[in-house]
Amino acid sequence: MNEALILAAEEGANPLIPNIWEILVTLLGFAVLMYIVVKFVVPMFEKTYAERTEAIEGGLKKAEAAQAEASAALDEYKQQLIDARTEANRIREEARAEGAQILADLKAKAGAESARIMEQSHVAIEAERQAAVVSLRSEVGTLATELAGKIVGESLADDARAARVVDRFLDDLETQNAGAVK
Amino acid sequence: MIALALPASNDEGFVAPTLEDMHLPEILPWGAESGEGFGKQMLLILLSVILIGWFFVAAARKGQMVPGRLQFLGEWSYNFVRNSIGRDIIGEKDFRSFTPLLFALFFFILINNLWGTIPLAQLPTTSHVGTAYALAAIVYFTWIIVGIRKHGLGYFKFATVPSGVPMAILPLVVLIEIISTFLVRPITHSLRLFATMLSGHLIIMLAGSGTAFLLLEAEGLLKPLGALTLVGGVAMFLFEVLIQVLQAYVFTLLTAIYIQGSLAEEH
Repeated sequence: MNEALILAAEEGANPLIPNIWEILVTLLGFAVLMYIVVKFVVPMFEKTYAERTEAIEGGLKKAEAAQAEASAALDEYKQQLIDARTEANRIREEARAEGAQILADLKAKAGAESARIMEQSHVAIEAERQAAVVSLRSEVGTLATELAGKIVGESLADDARAARVVDRFLDDLETQNAGAVK
Repeated sequence: MIALALPASNDEGFVAPTLEDMHLPEILPWGAESGEGFGKQMLLILLSVILIGWFFVAAARKGQMVPGRLQFLGEWSYNFVRNSIGRDIIGEKDFRSFTPLLFALFFFILINNLWGTIPLAQLPTTSHVGTAYALAAIVYFTWIIVGIRKHGLGYFKFATVPSGVPMAILPLVVLIEIISTFLVRPITHSLRLFATMLSGHLIIMLAGSGTAFLLLEAEGLLKPLGALTLVGGVAMFLFEVLIQVLQAYVFTLLTAIYIQGSLAEEH
């Protein structure tokens, strides 16, 4: 600190008078900084922001989609479960109905079979009875004719007469029988 | 300020630092005789540009989805200017095109203010009025050009003739508006930054040299007073850091407000 400097300070250093070179260096420096900022810094930061925003929004959308898919799948499963239960009920119901039907059919068939068998046996019995009656009638007729011929000594060769006699005899017999039964 | 530079009455007494101490000897002697050589102030300005550019390019370059420490710090700083100053003041519609200017201004001024705090540099470059003038001029022309682009030449009428003022006092109001907007605004904008940096730095210089004088050269009872100036100086130093950050914010915030005023639909 010497006298000359202090004098200089008193006289020359009005702090409001700029040094023109300092203005120029400041403008130059700031221009360079602006160039760096405009060209590199701001675009890079903004790009990162945009990408990050997109990533986050994309992630949210993906999560939403997954959620929707999951709930859709759940709905589907529930629906399938309901369907399956309905199906099972239906099948059970059908089986029951079918079983009843089969039972009824079998009963009907058995009934029909037994009726048929009974019918058949009736018919067979009737036929046999008829056959027995016919054979009996002819045998009894022959026997009676022989007997009568022996008794009356009269030839009853005339078949027509003989048949008439026998028939009459048998009718009488039946009438008697019927009367006896009564 | 000049009053601080009292001439030494005798060689033994305390000599306060002068404004001239803010202007250190030139590094390159080119033009030195007229006081216009390449000095420490200019070196620090260029250094600040390199530092800011290097830091933010390094922080932004990777652009990872999940940022590392460097990228996080860069993004946080960028966000602060982009959202807290740009978007909040200028508005969602227009702020994007001004983000680079606000961002560059804020960090340019911040680092150049903080040079006053950083050891070895210890010179807030914005305490040289040329730097403050240059920055304020950039902002001045920016908001005028923005206004003309938005409103055409009618911008000057828009900016100086407020609506709803009685005809009787309109000329006076217009005159005041012209002076306050187009003349005083850039001056206050630059001098606010320059004066706070200069005065803050002078106070610290004064405290430092005062402490040194009291502890080393003063006699008797005056010696312990050096402790007071030391404590006060450290407190002022910390206060200066706050002011340096705050002034960078204020300068950028005012820039955003001026630009918003030019873009506004109503006066």
